[in-house]
Amino acid sequence: MSEPILRVQALDAGYHGRVIQKGVSFEVAPGEILVLIGPNGAGKSTILRTVTGQLPPLGGRITLAGTPLGQYSPRQAARHMAVLMTERVRMEYAPCREIVGMGRYPYTGHLGLLSPEDRRAVSDAMALADVTDLADRDFSSLSDGQRQRVLLARAICQEPELLVLDEPTMHLDIRYQLSLLGVLRRLTRERNAAVLMTLHELELAQRIADRVLCIRPGCPDRCGTPEEVFESGYIAQLFGVEAHAFDALYSTLELPAAQGPPQVFVICGGGSGVPVFRQLQRRGIPFAAGVLHENDLDLPAARALAVQVVTEEGFVPISEERLRQAKDIMERCDAVICTVPSFGPMNEGCKSLLAHARSLGKLRDPETIAQKT
Amino acid sequence: MHRRRMGVIYTLLCVLLLALMLANLCIGSVNTAPGTLLAALRDPDANTVTYRILMQIRLPRMLCAAVLGGGLAVSGLLLQSFFQNPIAGPYILGISSGAKLAAALLMVAALTGGFALRSLWLVGAAFVGAMLSMGLVLLVASKVHRMSVLIVCGVMIGYICSSVTDFVVNFSDDANIVNLHNWSMGSFSGSDPRDARIACAIVLPAVTGAFLLAKPMDAYRLGEQYARSSGVAVRPFRVALILLSSLLSAAVTAFAGPISFVGVAVPHLVKTLLHTAKPIRILPACFLGGAVFCLFCDLVTRTLFAPTELSISSVTALFGAPVVIAMLLRREGGHSDV
Repeated sequence: MSEPILRVQALDAGYHGRVIQKGVSFEVAPGEILVLIGPNGAGKSTILRTVTGQLPPLGGRITLAGTPLGQYSPRQAARHMAVLMTERVRMEYAPCREIVGMGRYPYTGHLGLLSPEDRRAVSDAMALADVTDLADRDFSSLSDGQRQRVLLARAICQEPELLVLDEPTMHLDIRYQLSLLGVLRRLTRERNAAVLMTLHELELAQRIADRVLCIRPGCPDRCGTPEEVFESGYIAQLFGVEAHAFDALYSTLELPAAQGPPQVFVICGGGSGVPVFRQLQRRGIPFAAGVLHENDLDLPAARALAVQVVTEEGFVPISEERLRQAKDIMERCDAVICTVPSFGPMNEGCKSLLAHARSLGKLRDPETIAQKT
Repeated sequence: MHRRRMGVIYTLLCVLLLALMLANLCIGSVNTAPGTLLAALRDPDANTVTYRILMQIRLPRMLCAAVLGGGLAVSGLLLQSFFQNPIAGPYILGISSGAKLAAALLMVAALTGGFALRSLWLVGAAFVGAMLSMGLVLLVASKVHRMSVLIVCGVMIGYICSSVTDFVVNFSDDANIVNLHNWSMGSFSGSDPRDARIACAIVLPAVTGAFLLAKPMDAYRLGEQYARSSGVAVRPFRVALILLSSLLSAAVTAFAGPISFVGVAVPHLVKTLLHTAKPIRILPACFLGGAVFCLFCDLVTRTLFAPTELSISSVTALFGAPVVIAMLLRREGGHSDV
């Protein structure tokens, strides 16, 4: 691994002498994206502000490109590190090209006039951030997503080795979120820049990060690849939500389940059950689901939303015992819904559940269930 | 296209400036044709009266109006950069009034103490006053973050300073009160050649200094955090802004009393005309525009109800305040939070 651009050692970060994050240590290497995640108010932004020199460190060391941060003049530091903040920027009479050009500040002379090389850097940065078509538009006429990309182009134009971003996807719709993260990826690949950022959206963090640092209130916790960090129980605990509410594989989140004895039994599988689970949850109807294989697409949502789930090991046909268990629950329910469109060798058993429901006279369409209750 | 617009506007400003300078020299209680002025300049001995009117009265007054007007507009621009708000200005924030109070105190002391007053002392006193009310404004700004509240506080500080000034003026020796009263309302009358020289000696270097701040001012438009991250040494920069803007408005107040709205209206007009807010492009235009604006307003004060003179502030308010209102309406019409 190459020499890190940023090395933070035993840093204490906070405001007005009050420590909010204690003993923060991490490194960011060239070409790497490190994402800080954690609950609101834990101090992610405080760490970023300290790293970017907006807050004085209350202890520990920050080393940027081999030199302690405190030894840089603002201008020198700006040649190594650029930032993108969350706060909204208000500008009058400012075409985007001019704003991107502001990134040349650490390179221009006393009057800030742009040389031909500076202009080329502006064009390159705008191309990389995909805002070339906005060059002559006035900044105040842009949408939030466009503004954010223009400000990103400004930061890129500063030609930093380290780019620090605080919640860059806030205020953005999914299209701009994706394009923004795409630009960051290109930046790390094409220019070997390092990226340090905070993200609220766990699913984005999981997909973009090379490494994730989890920030608990008070001090950092786990640090590692998304594969190491994103473990259902752990993320749920980090954010203080119920264990099954968060699915670590897809970073999806389910609302709290309806409680009580199950009123409806859902015969499901292969992802067909999830929309029905969520509908029942919205209407506050407690339900049971089954029989699901341990590797079924429906299982995480069923675990989060159903009061009872009957499961079978993955890749084996459903056993008689499981079927009997399911039928027992079904008999105590008022209604049964079947979402499975077809049956194969592995879920053959569910076919008998469907027949049993019919014989009990409890089989309903999903729509009728919703109306009835 | 942008370049052409810049060229046109700058040419226009220069032409206007020269025309108004000439008009201010020619028009007065005795109207003088430009030819006569030239003749007097060529041969002072043959045209003693014209020459003296020109050199002792009209030229100093014209220079003061031009240089101080320009300085005032630049002072406004610096404050707007500092507060990142186009409504900030030395008059609105009460800085001119603070300067006025300190200068008035010194004047009254001089009148009662019977010592001769030098213009430089007045500028010094006005600078101290400007810095004191600036300190007060900054104190308020550190507590509240809403610009509207800050501006209301600035206006209140202005009122307090003005009423204290009025008390002081009323208690002073009445022989010189007319003079003092004129000054406290704002006027370029009574500027002598010395005043003009000192005003130039203070304002021109200060404006040059402000021009050298154009680069960090540009970066500061994105806010303090972005400015710092792109390499601005924020603290020295902010101190420089405060010192220069206070010095400029103090100089203006010491020589001409408080002059309203120039600091807000002129930068706004310049930005609108030039379609840019880049300091390096608008700062010289603000200086020229302020000069043009004050020369024009001074001409109006002298000629509209001649021989009675209006106070300069009434005229600048008449033309400047509607511009400020128009600006507020435009900002509100858009998506904004003052």
